[in-house]
Amino acid sequence: MTPLAILNGRLVRSDGIAEGGVLIKNRQIATTGQFEIPANADIIDAKGGLIAPGLVDLCSFAIDIPAFVAGGITRAGLMPDQSPPLDHAALIQRAGQAGKPHVWISPIAAATRGLEGLELAELGLMKAAGAAAIATGRHWIPDSGVMYRLMAYAAALDLMLISHAEDSGLVRNAVATDSEIATRLGLASAPARAEAIAVARDIALAEETGARIHFRKLSTAAAFDLVRSAKTRGLRVTCGTTPAYLLLSDLAIGNFRTFTRLSPPLREEADRQATLAALADGTIDVLCSGHDPQGPEAKRLPFADAAPGMAGAETLLTLSLGLVRDGLVDIPRLFTLLSANPADLLGVPGHRLEVGAEADLIIVDPEKPWRIVGEELAASAGNTPFDGLPVQGKVLQTIKGGQPVG
Amino acid sequence: MIESAASPPPRPTASPFPHRHLLGIAGLHPHEISWLLDEAEQWIGFNRLAAKHDDRLAGLTMINAFFENSTRTLLSFEIAGKRLGADVVNMAVAQSSVKKGETLIDTAVTLNAMHADVIVIRHDASGAVQLIADKVDCPVLNAGDGRHEHPTQALLDALTIRRRKGQIAGLTVAICGDVLHSRVARSNILLLTSLGADVRVVGPPTLLPAGIEGMGVSRHVDFEAGLDGADVVMMLRLQRERMEGGFVPSPREYHALYGLTPERLSKAAPNALVMHPGPMNRGVEIASSVADDIDRSAITEQVEMGVAVRMACLDVLTRARRGIEGWA
Repeated sequence: MTPLAILNGRLVRSDGIAEGGVLIKNRQIATTGQFEIPANADIIDAKGGLIAPGLVDLCSFAIDIPAFVAGGITRAGLMPDQSPPLDHAALIQRAGQAGKPHVWISPIAAATRGLEGLELAELGLMKAAGAAAIATGRHWIPDSGVMYRLMAYAAALDLMLISHAEDSGLVRNAVATDSEIATRLGLASAPARAEAIAVARDIALAEETGARIHFRKLSTAAAFDLVRSAKTRGLRVTCGTTPAYLLLSDLAIGNFRTFTRLSPPLREEADRQATLAALADGTIDVLCSGHDPQGPEAKRLPFADAAPGMAGAETLLTLSLGLVRDGLVDIPRLFTLLSANPADLLGVPGHRLEVGAEADLIIVDPEKPWRIVGEELAASAGNTPFDGLPVQGKVLQTIKGGQPVG
Repeated sequence: MIESAASPPPRPTASPFPHRHLLGIAGLHPHEISWLLDEAEQWIGFNRLAAKHDDRLAGLTMINAFFENSTRTLLSFEIAGKRLGADVVNMAVAQSSVKKGETLIDTAVTLNAMHADVIVIRHDASGAVQLIADKVDCPVLNAGDGRHEHPTQALLDALTIRRRKGQIAGLTVAICGDVLHSRVARSNILLLTSLGADVRVVGPPTLLPAGIEGMGVSRHVDFEAGLDGADVVMMLRLQRERMEGGFVPSPREYHALYGLTPERLSKAAPNALVMHPGPMNRGVEIASSVADDIDRSAITEQVEMGVAVRMACLDVLTRARRGIEGWA
């Protein structure tokens, strides 16, 4: 393979930013910083842009290669909520191959058969087939007995369990958070506390069983308090969120905008502020896209009938860079949230600018202005609540295994 | 830079109701609401005549698209349209292709292609009427969408109150019962607070929505405290399926705690007006002796005002289509 030299960049390392470039040989990072360019090397001029590890999107609902490449995502954890659900070793194996060569997929196995929350799926066989973690899917498991056995079993296999934290008895058919806006719109709503109740039970069971648990998307002050306290007690508890909960409150629902119908639903402003605080103080471990493209047939409906979810892969980085400008995190920390931490949780090496790591890189212009237009996104559907928003920061080039893609 | 002419062009006359649709009370200014009520007044006397027919909507097609069962509201709109001379067509959900899986937007496009001149819609999903209104070329009237809004009900209630009490500003109105699931309550709260009434919501905590105080009302779980001194007592219907343990333990407990009886009504102001959007559950949310008290109950008058209000709305919303001067 011809060596590839990326020059004139700013290297995003875990401890800071350094001027320089990256030399890639045999799909791996051979040198970083200043180096002698081999005579036969291909050259990419980063033109002062950031050279950063490719993003690892912990929980995506779809394999959407164009969206991943455009968003600088080089690896995606695939949620088991597929058709059929990923509850069998053969399905895991197949999903693991589905993104190659542009994006690597880390399949996440259904924790229970058919994701029904009743019977354990073949977790050991799926782990052997390549499952990176297990998940409850789009829903919480209401039966604490099932959850207890599941976590004890997962702990023995050292499988991380990814949980959706919303108490299903409280939520039922709710499509919004209890608030003035939900009341004005006449939308069925549930207390924000439904999240903390689910988190509290799951943490208690993690403490009981020693299991590793990750909360996919948290969005409320009370839930972050529980995770914070669990971490200080040394429990293996982690959590993530998406830019939507950091940047939008339920006011964004406006006049029944179905692109803002998310799961969990958007929260009141105080909880949005708490999510920002949890990001700044390190309680949040992972920023993910929750990429869930839904076409007009699922979104051009009355709000309560519309499918939840947003297309987030392409906007994950640009929206996150806004958090840097707001002073919440610095760029190295941002890439820890977007790349290193999710890679560690999925148990995959690399995703850092280190010699010997797989050369999954992105070149980013962090200032480049553009406007998010749902219909123009590369994603398979343009259902973004940020439609029309002017943003800054764009991926100029995605490099997977030393090869430029896209 | 804009060139200034010798004399300024005549200012276009501002329409007293510059809205294409009537989707809700939200978005209406107080003077627009009052003007609509004034418009409705003229039809009250007209409707009491033996021969009650007007031709102003002659040749216009009015479609009543009711995706949710209704007898009273549908009938009221149908009568209103017919008295104004419109060709009225009712589309009931049982006969429609909605049952065959057609999407709401496809249904809207179909209705539009039939060149309806005004469409009246009821749907069980909040926001559904707006979704249709965005896709059609003619005025749309919301006859109730989910728990969201039911603007003509609020207008007819306001007209009833205004006629009985002279004005709305300064009155204390208690809206009682299942506020959580009620679009009637939401539209009434918006309208009555907009016109300066002091509005309370009263009911069991399981039937009062979160954050309702944000709409400018006070919240009472004690029925008698909520009724204290009220000038208007507006009862809401409690659906049968919600009184069997889901939201309240039983119909008889509900009646014992939140039923409007003559004794309870005595806590309200002397001559307090009793209202109910119907259909009533007699002996549950309201005692028959209260509902039938001709001195206090305005319930049948509400039905009468309903036709007048709907005639006014149909007239006003179709003025642009009919080429009435000042409404283009």
